[in-house]
Amino acid sequence: MSKLNPDFILEFSTDEEFNPNACINCGTCSGLCPIGLDALPRKLSRYIVLGLEDKILEEKESYFQCLLCKLCVENCPTQVNISSNVRTARNYINRKIYKI
Amino acid sequence: MSLPINHIIGLLSDNLKLRKSVLPLSKNSITGWAKGLNIPKNGNTVLYTGHMYQLMPSIAFLGKIIGMLENSALNKTLGLGRFFNKIINVSMFITWPSRKMRNLYDKRLRNIAEMLTRSGVEYGYLYGKEMYTGALIYDMGVDDVFIKHAHRVYQLLKDNGVTSVITVDPHTTEMLRDIYPKFIKDYKLEVKSYLEVLNEVDIKLNNIPDKDVVMHDSCIYARGLDVLNQPVKILEKAGVNILDLNDSKKLTQCCGGPIESLFPAKSVEIAKKRVDQLNKNGCKEIVSMCPICLFNLQHAAENTEIQVKDISEYF
Repeated sequence: MSKLNPDFILEFSTDEEFNPNACINCGTCSGLCPIGLDALPRKLSRYIVLGLEDKILEEKESYFQCLLCKLCVENCPTQVNISSNVRTARNYINRKIYKI
Repeated sequence: MSLPINHIIGLLSDNLKLRKSVLPLSKNSITGWAKGLNIPKNGNTVLYTGHMYQLMPSIAFLGKIIGMLENSALNKTLGLGRFFNKIINVSMFITWPSRKMRNLYDKRLRNIAEMLTRSGVEYGYLYGKEMYTGALIYDMGVDDVFIKHAHRVYQLLKDNGVTSVITVDPHTTEMLRDIYPKFIKDYKLEVKSYLEVLNEVDIKLNNIPDKDVVMHDSCIYARGLDVLNQPVKILEKAGVNILDLNDSKKLTQCCGGPIESLFPAKSVEIAKKRVDQLNKNGCKEIVSMCPICLFNLQHAAENTEIQVKDISEYF
């Protein structure tokens, strides 16, 4: 069973560009992703907003597969800063898990 | 067995922190391209290579090694490699770029510099003082190492009285134009890609292709920096026929390059998909404007009739 943590988002990032709350889960990003990542980017937004840290860690390698090509950003109907959010997730994983 | 990506990220970021580059190169490898061009040292405006063209032959070699390790039990040794790399530059022993490839990438930089000079653009070059911008470490999300390095690069520019730079690739342009200002207070630097500069002056191409070409727009140039029409105009003014493509401009697709060091097999898969898209209308000549795109697409188009060229090869 997953544990929800509503304060997790604050621990994740305080960056002004970080806006997973703007995601409406429409799936445009997943449909366009050249690498075919399903976990990214829309699931990332849900995991962060709900505070599902264990889910983020479970899929940690997926976040490094993102090309940061911004095709999803270009087409997002609610202007989620997807690439920037993915980079923030990488930073979190580097700090918390990889200890880099 | 997937690669231990933590060790690869760690090794590359350790290199940036300790040796000012993800893959430290000799001064000769960095500045060799400029030999005999008599580019002034320093100046208010400098050509800033960011080492991207110079790094590609080494990255290509490293990519081969990482590709071999991807499904091998030997990849566990990467952790050990990272440990020793903090003491001695291990990456120097695992990157043996081919001379032929180095010459080709150097020639592209020479072409850009010579075209700027022929067009009356005045600029200097920082030679051995110039540094890599840290783009890969920023993308990998190692922010503390990246931020320290960004300050180091900006200080170098300030110390040398540089107020304006002409860049040669999208990654360096993005770092200096859009990313550094987010982390450096009172950042002031005019940053233009050489494609933007050349679009504003009269130029004459020396090697006009005798066939139709298709453009592969760089994701960063097209979606991030608005460098969209300049390369097209440069070629069209010289009479080059550029074929239309749906997946281009703001909807361009990635070459796979950004994940080459962590997921080499996936990177090749993406590059092959992109070459197929670019070849949809039967065009056999692809024009690229980024050294990473160039390498990945060339690699994906090996053993086919398709040629992938850097736009500077027409200069």
